[in-house]
Amino acid sequence: MNAVEYYKDQLEQRVLNDSGSGSGLISLRKKAILDFTRWGIPTMKNEEWKYTRITPLLDKLPELPKNGDKQIPFTVQDFQKRQLPGHELANELVFVNGLFNSDLSKLISKEIQVLPIDKMQENGMQEILENHFDHSSKYLQDGIHALNTAFLKDGIFIRVGEDLKVKKPIYIYHITDARASNILSQPRSLVLLEKNAGLQIVETFLALGQPQNLSTESFSNHVIEIVLEKDASLEYYKIQNDELTNGQVSSCHIRQLGKSLVHTVVISLEGGMIRNNLNVVMESERCEAHLYGLYFQHGKTHIDNHTIVDNRKPGCFSNELYKGVLAGESTGVFNGKIFVRQEAQKTNAYQSNKNILLSGKASVNSKPQLEIFADDVKCSHGCTVGQLDDEAFFYLESRGIPKTKARALLVGAFASDIIEHIRISPIREWVEKLLAKRLEIENR
Amino acid sequence: MLKIHDLQAGIEGRKILRGIDLEIKPGEVHAIMGPNGSGKSTLASVLAGKKDYEVISGTVSFLGKDLLELSPEARAGEGLFLAFQYPVEIPGLSTTIFMKTAVNEVRKYRGQEPLDAVAFLKMMREKMALMNIEQSLLSRSLNEGFSGGEKKRNEIFQMAMLEPRLAILDETDSGLDIDAIRIVSNGVNKIRNKNNSVLVVTHYQRLLDYIVPDFVHVLYNGRIVKSGTKELAFELEERGYDFIKNDQPLEQGA
Ligand SMILES: Nc1ncnc2c1ncn2[C@@H]1O[C@H](COP(=O)(O)OP(=O)(O)O)[C@@H](O)[C@H]1O
Ligand SMILES: [Mg+2]
Repeated sequence: MNAVEYYKDQLEQRVLNDSGSGSGLISLRKKAILDFTRWGIPTMKNEEWKYTRITPLLDKLPELPKNGDKQIPFTVQDFQKRQLPGHELANELVFVNGLFNSDLSKLISKEIQVLPIDKMQENGMQEILENHFDHSSKYLQDGIHALNTAFLKDGIFIRVGEDLKVKKPIYIYHITDARASNILSQPRSLVLLEKNAGLQIVETFLALGQPQNLSTESFSNHVIEIVLEKDASLEYYKIQNDELTNGQVSSCHIRQLGKSLVHTVVISLEGGMIRNNLNVVMESERCEAHLYGLYFQHGKTHIDNHTIVDNRKPGCFSNELYKGVLAGESTGVFNGKIFVRQEAQKTNAYQSNKNILLSGKASVNSKPQLEIFADDVKCSHGCTVGQLDDEAFFYLESRGIPKTKARALLVGAFASDIIEHIRISPIREWVEKLLAKRLEIENR
Repeated sequence: MLKIHDLQAGIEGRKILRGIDLEIKPGEVHAIMGPNGSGKSTLASVLAGKKDYEVISGTVSFLGKDLLELSPEARAGEGLFLAFQYPVEIPGLSTTIFMKTAVNEVRKYRGQEPLDAVAFLKMMREKMALMNIEQSLLSRSLNEGFSGGEKKRNEIFQMAMLEPRLAILDETDSGLDIDAIRIVSNGVNKIRNKNNSVLVVTHYQRLLDYIVPDFVHVLYNGRIVKSGTKELAFELEERGYDFIKNDQPLEQGA
């Protein structure tokens, strides 16, 4: 049986069983099933997936956690070993195998409201659900995205009300526990920042597998949708430092409904096969977004960052900087789309992707894509692929610094103007440490 | 200290140094002068171990070791220091972290214990005061956005931190005003003693008023064509390089 037949079969049974939960969702899920069967798992024939192969991973048919099944082995002790620095002063939301786990989660900021997505309707949030849930499918038209929607189960809705600035960040953990069997986890969340609300989100991914077996033994297919109303501000951080046994597709879809501020930093240090989608849709005048990314791959790992900035209204500003370091036989993809719609005059949109190849066997494919339909705009893009600068290398060596250390300092320097944008200091320091450790390993 | 014998070197098949002989003894200050393009920076780079340059023939011994066999970092460890004509800007690398790594790597090479944070800071402060370097410069990225003068002072500051036996200054005076030249010279003179030597590469005589050389050599077309005492520098200043050029046979098949 191939992946499409297998999941379709599972889907039909489940949607029928779940029919008690919110009817609005059922119809969405049914549509997603149709989309999934129509599109299947994206292959390299799909332009958006040209360099990233996920079919071999999904053809291993990772299992979906069973309905209402929380009998997975992941324990409190397991969790405590993996909490992120600064967690004592953070809200923590935990998904295990794609299902929200309230026992492991904790909320310390009263300004934050958290609710299961399938309870939104009965809590009078039908309208929010209809307006915002799965808006991402307009931009991510492929079977893997549809698959997440189709299997929607135990997703959560996070809301920060008007004028509330949440001081403590939310850490969202996505744990895929594949110690017992090959798992497909599909977490889903929807976040609403109302007028003048402020929130910091950190998402991280942890797969537990059989480390002796280096083939992919779990897959995570993650979607988060975030909506900002007027004057809201969002800091979104994604830190990927996962087992090599994991493959993942991770999508973050942000809508700016009013003039608002978005700041994102995506750090990918480890993980077998990663595809990130990041969309920022500017639906109001004078929205502002800053997008930063750093990927550092080695071995045979693969990283693919697809970003979209969609300028739909006049006077928006976006600045995007993604940097990559590729060692070993790793491969990277950067695809940055900027749309400037006809109405979006006076758009300022900047994009840059810089890569360093540390080995002759590593490679990267970088493609900016600008589609501009307005005439009075300032847009720029650029990408570079190169090695560490020989002159800089020699300068350090001539000061007594051995090659390996010089290389670590130079890569660290290259990465620094991404990492400095992490404004949660324990997280930033942690990432700095992870990077330093990785540089040591790379230098051995 | 440094013995160069018949050094020939080039780049991409092109010969630049055409047989250099030079001996520098402990405590001596030598100056190399010469018109642009004569090979001064090439000589400095070959001595520091830049791998772009190919050594075609000749020998260089430094403190009894075969210098050409050593990696650049080992040369620094042995006590060779090059103040670059064009110091490299490295965005994202803090001057302090760079300096601390360099100092402790060199100490390790020399069999000394690494400096702890307190001792390192103390040393930094001393040498910064010596070079009139503001504290703020050290929290910035290495050489990034530094003015010409700041870069050159930073080079001499690094030299002071690394305590070399032989310092090679490649046009450290170019682009500096007279006050900056004084500061830089003062820094150089502080590390001079009967064990340490300096090789000053310069275009102009004026630096040599402050760092007074024992010997002056003129490099032209990849060879030392004239050697003398500091009076030679005055002569060059007065008559320009043309009289040297006119004395020389035409360049042979470059
Ligand atoms: N990296 C290089 N690549 C090509 N040519 C070089 C390089 N470095 C120096 N040269 C050439 O060698 C000659 C000597 O240069 P250089 O040593 O910089 O002279 P100086 O420092 O005396 O002005 C010049 O003709 C220069 O163009
Ligand atoms: Mg020069």
